[in-house]
Amino acid sequence: MSKQLSTFNKNRRRVLQSAAALGGASVLGFPMISRAQDKPIKIGMGTILSGRVAQLGVSSRNAVLMEVEKFNAAGGLGGRKIEMVIRDSKGKAEESARIARELVTSEGCEILFDCESSAGAFAVQEVARDLGVLCIHNLSETTALSHDPKIRIPNAFRAGRTGLHDSIVGGAYAAAIAKEKGLKDWVTVAPDYAYGRDVTGDFVEYLKRFNPEVKIVSESWPKLFQADYTEVITKILQANPQAMYTCLWGGDLTSFIDQASIYALFVKTQCFAVNMADYTTLSAVKNLPKGIHSGNRYLRTFPKSKANMEWGTAYSQRYKDYPTNWSWEAAVGMQFLTEAIKKTGSTDTKKLSEALRGMKINSPFGTDGTITMRAEDQTIVGYAIGWGTTLPKDPFVPEVQPGDWKKIFELEAEWKKRKGWA
Amino acid sequence: MDLTALLECVSTLSCIVTQTTSGMIIGGLLFLVAAGLTLIFGVLGVINFTHGSFYMLGAYFALSLYRASESFTVAIIGAAIGVAIFGILFERFFMRRVYGQDVLMQLLVCYAFVLILDDVVKIVWGPEFHAMGMPDAFQLPPFQVGGGVIPAFYLFLIAAAAVIATALWYILVKTKAGKIVRAAAVNPQMASALGLNTSLIYSAVFALGGALAGTAGALAAPVRSMSPGMGFSILIESFIVTVIGGMGSVSGALVAALLLGLVRAFGTIGFPLFVEGMMFAAMVVILLVKPSGIMGKEGR
Repeated sequence: MSKQLSTFNKNRRRVLQSAAALGGASVLGFPMISRAQDKPIKIGMGTILSGRVAQLGVSSRNAVLMEVEKFNAAGGLGGRKIEMVIRDSKGKAEESARIARELVTSEGCEILFDCESSAGAFAVQEVARDLGVLCIHNLSETTALSHDPKIRIPNAFRAGRTGLHDSIVGGAYAAAIAKEKGLKDWVTVAPDYAYGRDVTGDFVEYLKRFNPEVKIVSESWPKLFQADYTEVITKILQANPQAMYTCLWGGDLTSFIDQASIYALFVKTQCFAVNMADYTTLSAVKNLPKGIHSGNRYLRTFPKSKANMEWGTAYSQRYKDYPTNWSWEAAVGMQFLTEAIKKTGSTDTKKLSEALRGMKINSPFGTDGTITMRAEDQTIVGYAIGWGTTLPKDPFVPEVQPGDWKKIFELEAEWKKRKGWA
Repeated sequence: MDLTALLECVSTLSCIVTQTTSGMIIGGLLFLVAAGLTLIFGVLGVINFTHGSFYMLGAYFALSLYRASESFTVAIIGAAIGVAIFGILFERFFMRRVYGQDVLMQLLVCYAFVLILDDVVKIVWGPEFHAMGMPDAFQLPPFQVGGGVIPAFYLFLIAAAAVIATALWYILVKTKAGKIVRAAAVNPQMASALGLNTSLIYSAVFALGGALAGTAGALAAPVRSMSPGMGFSILIESFIVTVIGGMGSVSGALVAALLLGLVRAFGTIGFPLFVEGMMFAAMVVILLVKPSGIMGKEGR
């Protein structure tokens, strides 16, 4: 009996202690939890919102906000909602670095969401390396950013295309057409910075590999955002090529196409422009020549899935504009990030990085409806990739020949080995 | 460096024709912008760093007018008039307050307007790039001359630049108005003492400079995509032209613009990785050999 009484007393004391602790917590602890729940997850996004490629930033921001709204509407992270802190880098690498640093150190952002061109992305990478903060690169397609072990860092991931993937698929596609039509003499035109050099070099390599008869008879390297391409175009005319490859993009590509058209360059020369098939670029060129070959950038019709069509339509309805390649890349970046936050229940860099490595998500932009963040180089694979021929009106690229991811992986592994990056 | 390609080019007529016209096209547009810049400097002694924005406004005005009227003529004339009016307002209400002041103060006012105008363009026309498209009249196959290729629109552009250069020369050298402008440039105090309305002259010079830049913007609109901030790169090149030609010399600007155009056109074949550098190298050489520029007057 006394033993029972003693047990009861002990239990009673424990219950009282627990009750007191609970009461205390309700007075002191819960408000703290509540304050933590109120505190938003601040994500810093540097992008280009002014100048010739402002569309890059605007269309990325639009897509990101759509994804953030979904996350927040679903309750966020235990009530914590995402707050995007967006800054304009004006396309200057030094500004990108300064903004990235300020977003973390002054604005209190916990994650960097980089929507810069390659020039800015490499600068942001160094800030992320220095501050140890999680960084998602979305728009830079320069292969080295994720593939070069000296540049890669454990806390940075790429949620955009990889230039090498496009070059392999583009090289194979172009080589097949070159064989069929006997296109032997080629010229290249690329913006003179990391992306242009990287992607052109890789494209030419695979073009020659799949069709060894191809010769590059002239190269041009106009500077990024160059206004006038006349001297480049006349140089191409002198080389008298049968085909041309260009990775100019956005306003640069439309200017080039418009200026080259009046020289009737596309009458004799087949054009392979990897960045042409983006709705906004296609619709901006007023006199789009028929039959330009392009990689898919963003097309509602590729991949042919309900989810992709719905996403593209929702974007257009909301913003009264077409989504761009940058839009889907930024959307995928946010899809991966929110998935990792949900999975870990945290915004801690290490936990998120661990979760992101090898993560597979359902996405409208995946070849089979999924996209994977490959663990080995922290870059996405499995996204829709292909080439087709453009038309001057909707649907612009009626048929896209999809790339073969198995082949891409095989050649990429070999490429990495050759570079000493495997 | 590809000297073989350059030698091959200069030894074939087709290449000479194509690259020379290419240089004249680049030079022609550059001249129109640089002429206004150098004219304003020559008369007012002010370096108008807003001049690139005048060019941008001209392109955007032309875009809107072309869309509204579907007439390229209306677009060019409207853009020239629109930017001329803006030039007058800019001079009357802002630049006039900083004449004779420190260069930094003038630079500050100009730079402020560069940023303001970029934002205004962003608000009115949007931040994304625009393209006007080629007017129907110029949608013709290019002409073949001596095996070289010259697009119809570029022939028009070269002709327009030549006509404007001649008209400008005539106005400045052969007319009373030109004499007044030159008098005000040489000695504004004396011109004023002789009863000339220097304020009016200054406004007129800004209007003319604006009209030239606006015309250049309108002429470039069919082939160059438009975006906020597009005036900056042409400002740099125009500044190189004015320095090489001689600050304040309109004829010097013409020579320098054509020279730079040809340097770009042939340089891209022989020195594809050093085209930009060649322009600056040319400026350095001219400054070392003749610091006042090709046609600039010493000790002005």
